[in-house]
Amino acid sequence: MKIVAVCGMGIGTSVLLKMNAEKVLAKLGIDAEVEAADMGVARGAAQTAEIVLTSEELAEELGDVPAEVIIINNFFDLDEITEKITAAVE
Amino acid sequence: MALNLAEALSSIQTQADAADWRAAIRLAGDGLVADGATTETYTDEMIAAVEKHGPYIVIAPGVALAHSRPSPAVLTGGLSWVSLATPVEFGNKNNDPVTLVIGLAAKDHDAHLQVMRALAGVLSDSDAMQKLRVAETPDEVRAVLGALAGAAA
Repeated sequence: MKIVAVCGMGIGTSVLLKMNAEKVLAKLGIDAEVEAADMGVARGAAQTAEIVLTSEELAEELGDVPAEVIIINNFFDLDEITEKITAAVE
Repeated sequence: MALNLAEALSSIQTQADAADWRAAIRLAGDGLVADGATTETYTDEMIAAVEKHGPYIVIAPGVALAHSRPSPAVLTGGLSWVSLATPVEFGNKNNDPVTLVIGLAAKDHDAHLQVMRALAGVLSDSDAMQKLRVAETPDEVRAVLGALAGAAA
């Protein structure tokens, strides 16, 4: 399964979100590849992904993509990430 | 031993005053410039990023991670830390107001992965974050970060 973590600029928040998403996926025992992307490449990357993780502001900017877009409010709240990924995967 | 974030920080400011979110980001930018990590243009770029994409940089309650794309304005890259005496509104629906602004500059997409990991660890630790928010001096911030690195070994 491919997951794309999206940030505005590609060096900061997407990497943090990717790290925390990977922690959660490992704990849930889900086999998935998480790619960190910025808005420039995110739309392209999202074409082949099942899930997109991002913040509310950027989700609006991303617009319509075939992947399921999950909005994460607190990038450091592993419970929030766990809950939302679990719900999406079911 | 885990990376000690205190050593990766270009500068630390505590209990600083910022009138609004642009001023808050400017403080983080000043810290990067003072250490030679970036030029002042990068500070303008960090502010422009929020003007363009909205306050998406407020990634957790009270915490803003100011940054922009790798550009010629990034000299060595670095990380600055600014805690605010008075919380500032960035316009983020979920995570305002902000009391901690971290400035991040990287030369390319892969730089600073170790630092990002350490930062993620610190920001996920709610006890540490409590102490860091109220720290009165840069030395107190260094002490908390140093203790975390030691414990995480």
